[in-house]
Amino acid sequence: MLSHRNIGFYLLLAPLALWLILLIVIPHINLAMLSLQERVGVRQYETSFANYRTFIDEPLYIMTFARTAVMSILATTLTLLIGFPVAYYIAKMAVGRAKSVLFLLCLVPFWVSELVRTFGWMILLRETGVVSSFLQWAGLASGPVELLYNDASIMVGLVYTSMLFMVVPLVSTLDSLDNSVIEAGYDLGGSTPSILREIVIPHAMPGIVSGCIVVFMLSLGNYLTPIMLGGKDSLWFTELIYSQFIVRFNWELGAAFGFLLLFLSSVIVWAALRLSGQTLERTMG
Amino acid sequence: MLSVFSHIRGVGERPDKTTRTLTLKGQKMKHLSILKATAATTVVMLGTIQIAQADTLRLLTWGGYAPDEVVAAFETETGHTVEVTLSNNEEMIAKLRATGGGGFDLAQPSQDRIAGPQAEFGIYKPMDLSQLKSDQFITSMLDATKTNTTVDADVYGVPHVWGTSGLVLDTAMASSVKDYTDLCSADVAGKVSYRLKRPTLIGFAFSMGLDPFAAYGDEAAYTEIMSQVEAKLVECKSNVKTYWGGGDELMNLVRSGEVVASMAWDTGGWKLNAEKPDVTFVAPASGALGWIDTFVLPAKGRADSAAYDWINFVMQPEIAAMITNTAGNFTASTGADEFVNAELKANYQASFSAAAVDNIKWYPPVPAGLEVIEGGVLDRVKAAK
Repeated sequence: MLSHRNIGFYLLLAPLALWLILLIVIPHINLAMLSLQERVGVRQYETSFANYRTFIDEPLYIMTFARTAVMSILATTLTLLIGFPVAYYIAKMAVGRAKSVLFLLCLVPFWVSELVRTFGWMILLRETGVVSSFLQWAGLASGPVELLYNDASIMVGLVYTSMLFMVVPLVSTLDSLDNSVIEAGYDLGGSTPSILREIVIPHAMPGIVSGCIVVFMLSLGNYLTPIMLGGKDSLWFTELIYSQFIVRFNWELGAAFGFLLLFLSSVIVWAALRLSGQTLERTMG
Repeated sequence: MLSVFSHIRGVGERPDKTTRTLTLKGQKMKHLSILKATAATTVVMLGTIQIAQADTLRLLTWGGYAPDEVVAAFETETGHTVEVTLSNNEEMIAKLRATGGGGFDLAQPSQDRIAGPQAEFGIYKPMDLSQLKSDQFITSMLDATKTNTTVDADVYGVPHVWGTSGLVLDTAMASSVKDYTDLCSADVAGKVSYRLKRPTLIGFAFSMGLDPFAAYGDEAAYTEIMSQVEAKLVECKSNVKTYWGGGDELMNLVRSGEVVASMAWDTGGWKLNAEKPDVTFVAPASGALGWIDTFVLPAKGRADSAAYDWINFVMQPEIAAMITNTAGNFTASTGADEFVNAELKANYQASFSAAAVDNIKWYPPVPAGLEVIEGGVLDRVKAAK
């Protein structure tokens, strides 16, 4: 009987295991070995930590990573601040059909590809774009206004791109909060801020944490949005990895950067969980 | 330099795959069964199969280099099937490197990007020049390409399409711009765009009076030149609206008037000229940068004979002219000029005087390792405030 269950268990596990091993584990082992090679001459390679040393020695790369991380954290915070009221409204205030319609509206932008969505923002924000033309028409600006190609436009793009991934987990956790608990809070003399602080946010914490992790990782690993909206100052860590692999033929350094991104982003997520007193088990469970 | 081409046809950043479905498997099968049945005539039949064999040619090329009508004509004439994958220089090399030279039967990187990657990664195989009709090629261009793509006495590439990069200007707004360094002048502040890639480094070096090509073999001298270019580009950064990445992006910037002076390739300028008469391609005072795209055989290609058939087919003057009419650039085919449409010829003559043609700086082969020096410079320019 036990062995039967084992076979079924392994069969069910097989697709996931294959996926993980073939597409995640093996390529990463390959990349790890690649990142430890140093080119010393034509077709001559030596095992060394030279690529990792390059990252430490060249302030540019550390600065770029720091910039990417800070921008991603900011994007995550903004997404949470904008997404929470939206999710609360959908989960608690909207009823019946309105609820599904609102939820659907959050989903609609994701029916087109990221490229198209980002291009939409370019059409809006560029010097000859919709917003600039409107401002001139309304007399609020005397000449064309360039809103594209700066950090703020990258931020707008990142928040827009990741909004859904914050709203969905928040809606599902807030949905599970019994309305009577909130009513009881008011009955017992709680004010709106205190109820939010004592009841709603603690209950929604798993949703907040998982939403934040997903949004942070998506922003950190985003490639299109920073490149297209950021213009000449857009330097993003994924762009460095891409150019090492494709433009510079320097797979060794690119692989090292890839690992550093994986490692450093894991450290940031771990630190954030520790700082906020959350654990991954509680978030998932 | 060249990746712009993948965008001319509105393909966007990602290479797009066009597959034609004209399989002649049935024909092959029939031959096989005959082979089995009549063992006595095996030798004769083998000969027949060699001639009648219909291969699939997997072609890795640029947008516009394999127009549909050319592919269709080739398939009808030879019976081969062509699968076209569009790409650019860096991606072609990256793709072939990832598979050790497999996955494609014919590729078209620029002539300066063959010897280096071949020495470093071994992704190509030597070309059998006896399979080619060399009288179809412009002799000087064929010889130059053969010299530049020779590694250990083997020739790896033959020329196909050539063109230049230089300045695309709105002549009404940016008449003061004569050379790359003029892009940094106050007249055009905030209305300039160029790519952050190696052609920009090379172009600026020439227009600053330096000779990067002469320093290709000397890493220290090259680093010195690049550091001067880096200082110039950092200083120039405030003038730049944005660094363009794809051809479509640049076209939009110039079309909308947001950019009046940019570094770009010749056909882009001519294309815009048709829409906006003030905009055109101008060969810079220090010389336009000339590139030649080639044919090379990937190391693990499986259909060499089909590849040679394709080369011989597209180098015919009439076919080469069809490619010029779609890609916008001229080819290394002898006698193709007379079949090219008049408008393209007029554009070409307006942009290039005889002196400007003589002044074209042709890219010599890039030695392995230079990309790393350039990469550091480009990263630092991008990060500079």
